[in-house]
Amino acid sequence: MFSLVTFLVVIAMAMTLIRAVRGPTPYDRILAVNVHGTMTVLLIALAGFLTDRPDFLDLSLAYALLNFVGTLAALKFFKHGHLGEES
Amino acid sequence: MSLAIDILSGICLFTGAVLMIISALGVIRLPDLFTRLHGASIADTGGAFLLLIGMVLQADTFLVAIKLGLIGIVLFFTAPTASHAVAHAALIGGLSPDDPKANQGKDEAEEDRT
Repeated sequence: MFSLVTFLVVIAMAMTLIRAVRGPTPYDRILAVNVHGTMTVLLIALAGFLTDRPDFLDLSLAYALLNFVGTLAALKFFKHGHLGEES
Repeated sequence: MSLAIDILSGICLFTGAVLMIISALGVIRLPDLFTRLHGASIADTGGAFLLLIGMVLQADTFLVAIKLGLIGIVLFFTAPTASHAVAHAALIGGLSPDDPKANQGKDEAEEDRT
């Protein structure tokens, strides 16, 4: 069961990468990378269950936090042109 | 009892994986950023939480279930915030939710500017 679900999630991740490469505006790319990151979190958790190593859940939690901060940082940099220093 | 839990967790996992595929299809096929956000939020809510519920049902120890619950809480708070940030930045950046056709031409303008 876990191998089939992992395979389906990998296919979905490859499909979001298509939008990240093609997508017309930069916001499309950021959105696609954000969805890709959410799927990565679940893929790491599934891989932990697939190989019977529950330690992978810690990596998954770290990825969930990093994905959120990375998306917001990319959006802020794109909107303002800098990350908040005095101009 | 164990068989029932296995079947329930299998149904949750498979439904979540299918929702992930549907969400990726939406991100690829929908015409406009604001409609693609709708497709992306399927993965953040339905797909992620069904997969997490399916994994919690298969968890061996209590600690594993707690960690999965923490991942669920983090996703529950951050995914809508990230979606809102993308939509707000796109709105400020000049994309119009009204006509999807006009947004397709933004690409060349952005490329020229950078």
